[in-house]
Amino acid sequence: MSINPDQTIKFSPMHRLQWEEVQQKDVILYPEGMVELNQSSAEILKLCDGSRKLAQIVSDLEQKFATTGLVNDITAFLEVALKNGWIQQN
Amino acid sequence: MAGSNKINITPPRWLLAELTYACPLQCPYCSNPIDYTKHQSELDTDDWKRVLTQARKMGAVQLGFSGGEPLTRKDLPELVKHARDLGYYSNLITSGYGLTEEKIVQLKEAGLDHIQVSIQASSQELNDHIAGTASFEHKKEVAHLVKKHGYPMVLCVVIHRENIHQMPQILEMAEGLGADYLELANTQYYGWAHANRDLLLPTKEQFEQAEQIAQAFKEKVTGKMKIYYVVPDFYEDRPKACMNGWGTTFLTIAPDGVALPCHSARDLPGLDCPNVKDYSIEQIWNESKAFNFFRGFEWMKEPCSSCDEKEKDFGGCRCQAYLLSNDMYAADPVCSKSPNHHVIQEAIDSAKASALADNEKPLIFRNSKNSRLLS
Repeated sequence: MSINPDQTIKFSPMHRLQWEEVQQKDVILYPEGMVELNQSSAEILKLCDGSRKLAQIVSDLEQKFATTGLVNDITAFLEVALKNGWIQQN
Repeated sequence: MAGSNKINITPPRWLLAELTYACPLQCPYCSNPIDYTKHQSELDTDDWKRVLTQARKMGAVQLGFSGGEPLTRKDLPELVKHARDLGYYSNLITSGYGLTEEKIVQLKEAGLDHIQVSIQASSQELNDHIAGTASFEHKKEVAHLVKKHGYPMVLCVVIHRENIHQMPQILEMAEGLGADYLELANTQYYGWAHANRDLLLPTKEQFEQAEQIAQAFKEKVTGKMKIYYVVPDFYEDRPKACMNGWGTTFLTIAPDGVALPCHSARDLPGLDCPNVKDYSIEQIWNESKAFNFFRGFEWMKEPCSSCDEKEKDFGGCRCQAYLLSNDMYAADPVCSKSPNHHVIQEAIDSAKASALADNEKPLIFRNSKNSRLLS
């Protein structure tokens, strides 16, 4: 499964992304399960709102963190996310 | 054993709210205690709301509404709403009995995240026999409605000797119903399932064949349906890491308000499990005798205390150790290092002999009459 750069990416309506105060972490919640996210993964997923494509997510994050060269890391994470059903395309 | 200050107490993550022991079904492997008829009182709506609020504050985030049949509680939508407002991810664990489209919509609006429907078999005849209630067609209808209204749909099928031969049909049924997740739960032999073990425990060959079929199917449906396979611990060499470690993750509240480190802990002697009517969740989780009893490793006996795998499986299940060796401090007899490991082979042999016998005794169904008779 790979990310199609021509399609927008949205977070799956079958999962919930939420900040957990006690854990001081963002988590993904789904039936009887939970994945704890590190900060960079959470930042990427928060931009998967159905309006952005891959290139836009990369440029938004590079701008936010005043850096460059994130494309490979972000793409790799999004492919994991797609495989796990956390995000969807089209 | 209990109360060592050195033990780092992690906050609860999972709250199982057993709203009631009332259930229209009579499954002979029910996880409710055999003597459930002795514990008939139920917490009221305000008690449950307080429990949800307190546990959420401590960090619980996954919430299971279970039972019995949780739909028999009239205040379910109100509790679901309260849970949603607190930020829980709410799972309804139901037989589907009595679930209408109107109720499915109402619960969705209240903020329910997911519905898990149990099906007992892939054929109407066997489903209705095991459930002790004509329910097969309605369950399938409920599965469709759950999908239609945008919930992730989880089918749960408990596997045992009466239905294990249906594994290919069960998998096809789940795919046909559009399940997002399929939980294939090999029966765990406590309570009612323990009483019926000779009739429910499959042979090793049956297990292996069914597992092979399920694994092959798992690959076929990758990306479409996730399959959770709950392993049959009688055919393992090492015990399960029961409850992810005692008092580390899971908190069960029984219908009458008794707080349990696992849903079978009620059967263990001398734990004095506290009631939420008397104590806050924080007091129960951090300070109670019951929740500290098997925390850490100091309570262990040999071969567990010097075992290099103790941090992986915590010596296995305390309830199983008590049930099968009459010693809740002993290694789970499932472990091949346990001096009581022979009881597992004896159970397997006994079940096999029962399967081959001319006159197999009947299943003991889970109902109030049998509960009173057996307790």
